[in-house]
Amino acid sequence: MSERQRATHRTAAELGAAIATGETTSAEVTRAYLDRIGAVDGAVHAFLHVAGDAAVAQAEEVDRRIAAGEKLGPLAGVPVAVKDILTTKGMPTTAASKILSGWLPPYDATVVLRLRDAGLVVLGKTNMDEFAMGSSTEYSAYGPTRNPWDLGRIPGGSGGGSAAAVAAREAPLAIGTDTGGSIRQPGAVTGTVGAKPTYGGVSRYGLIAFSSSLDQAGPVTRTVLDAALLHEVIGGHDPCDSTSIDAPVPAVAEAARRGASGDLTGVKVGVVREFAAAEGAEPGVVAAFDAAVATLTKLGAEVVEVSCPHFEYALPAYYLIAPSECSSNLARFDGVRYGLRSGDDGTRALEEVMSLTREAGFGPEVKRRIMLGTYALSAGYYDAYYGQAQKVRTLVTRDFTAAFEQVDVLAAPTTPFVAFPFGSRTADPTAMYLADLYTIPSNLYGGPAISVPCGLSEGLPVGLQIMAPTMADDRMYRVAAALESTQEPRLADQTPEVTA
Amino acid sequence: MAAISREEVAHLARLARLAVTEDELDTFAGQLDQILHSVARVGEVAADDIPPTSHAVPLTNVMRPDEPRPGLSREAALAGAPAAEDHRFRVPRILSEEG
Repeated sequence: MSERQRATHRTAAELGAAIATGETTSAEVTRAYLDRIGAVDGAVHAFLHVAGDAAVAQAEEVDRRIAAGEKLGPLAGVPVAVKDILTTKGMPTTAASKILSGWLPPYDATVVLRLRDAGLVVLGKTNMDEFAMGSSTEYSAYGPTRNPWDLGRIPGGSGGGSAAAVAAREAPLAIGTDTGGSIRQPGAVTGTVGAKPTYGGVSRYGLIAFSSSLDQAGPVTRTVLDAALLHEVIGGHDPCDSTSIDAPVPAVAEAARRGASGDLTGVKVGVVREFAAAEGAEPGVVAAFDAAVATLTKLGAEVVEVSCPHFEYALPAYYLIAPSECSSNLARFDGVRYGLRSGDDGTRALEEVMSLTREAGFGPEVKRRIMLGTYALSAGYYDAYYGQAQKVRTLVTRDFTAAFEQVDVLAAPTTPFVAFPFGSRTADPTAMYLADLYTIPSNLYGGPAISVPCGLSEGLPVGLQIMAPTMADDRMYRVAAALESTQEPRLADQTPEVTA
Repeated sequence: MAAISREEVAHLARLARLAVTEDELDTFAGQLDQILHSVARVGEVAADDIPPTSHAVPLTNVMRPDEPRPGLSREAALAGAPAAEDHRFRVPRILSEEG
């Protein structure tokens, strides 16, 4: 194996250590990943923009900072791919929509600033469902991303590009965003680790808003420790986000290291009874989940069944709340301040140009959700739809609160099915929405949740989801790391070689 | 019974400033009807006395120190605009002919 091939097989923690000790340089590692992207991204299409020379220049700058003795964090010099919904100064940011084609943001999102400050190198921007609305990346205006495990299947969504980039070793680390499962479900179906931190734990400044009360950025990686290290880089209070929590980041890296010992003595894990009873989960997913729970028991955890009676209403509540917020948030795309303008031939008035711009710039799923939200918020329907959904949100939160009085964390499959073939769910929007069945409750509640690879079904990865109480992100990392420690080799390192 | 008619979808599209095509109206009417039937399940929950939750983190009136700091320059703010003139965003006329 050549030096460059070796770089793309190491974990981010190992790369950071190798760069810090001078065994390799950030520029060398960055070039290795750019080579890898050049070799396989034609087949995978995880990236919408590759930073190329700009990434190498940033890496060389980090190498100079390290050589000058600057104290940078454990991931200094390690490349990272960023979902194309976070603004990057002077680097294209489209949210995978035609309406933002060619836009160069005038500022960095706080998450991106923190990556740069910690010495991480931005490799490029990853593909996604348009404005993060979807579970397969098939709604990207720039073509879908393909799953490295099977190029005929979806990589999950909305953050399929970030997950596929990490799975195909095109990036050691990636940033995703999770509104209803968009970090965790792609993680599950690509055999990678994806964590949604506590809502408010990571700044939303510069995250193009889909559903502001639910959106949360988080790490996508091949190991639990890498996710925790990246979480610590991007987390923490930000005065630019009024919903950011003013408290220290939970000690997630320490928890991941503790979990890696494989001892879960004293940890109480709850299995949600209503999820087990829900129809639609594939037998292979259920089998892999049951095996993972048995492993947790073997590691010393006490596993009990808990009841969360309102979880079955989380999905319909989400598909009222998220579209309602999206119909308001996406009003800003009006062809005036940025992005596309269509139909401005000198004869048409502003409102008509706005309508033509939005018609030309938005894809079908975005239009559906804007209209659904407009409906749910309109007079006469507000109480029955949006208002009722907000009350269900309260009840889902109470279910979590009651459950966490009995157990430390909750466990569930991440998603009901393995990666599905392209085109198999696009004709029926409600069939696509089922992908988020198990992930949505944590978004409504706001607590953290992680997906960690737990097995294979029909040769495709299955994820175990661990949900924790608000600001107890450390607990989920400990349990996920313990499960990961039983895998030799790690499932995330078993991705088949991509053949272009 | 349909939860939403084709005419209602056309009205929603106007409210949302989406100049949808006739073909799209046919597709969206059926799909939105199906989605609404599915999400209407929230109505099965007895929640009359339950307060609504708008946000996972209950915060009100969050302030940051009122300290001057540099904002975007005019050039940077206008750089992404489809049309700009005299340091301002340029827009089509606001009033329609019949207005």
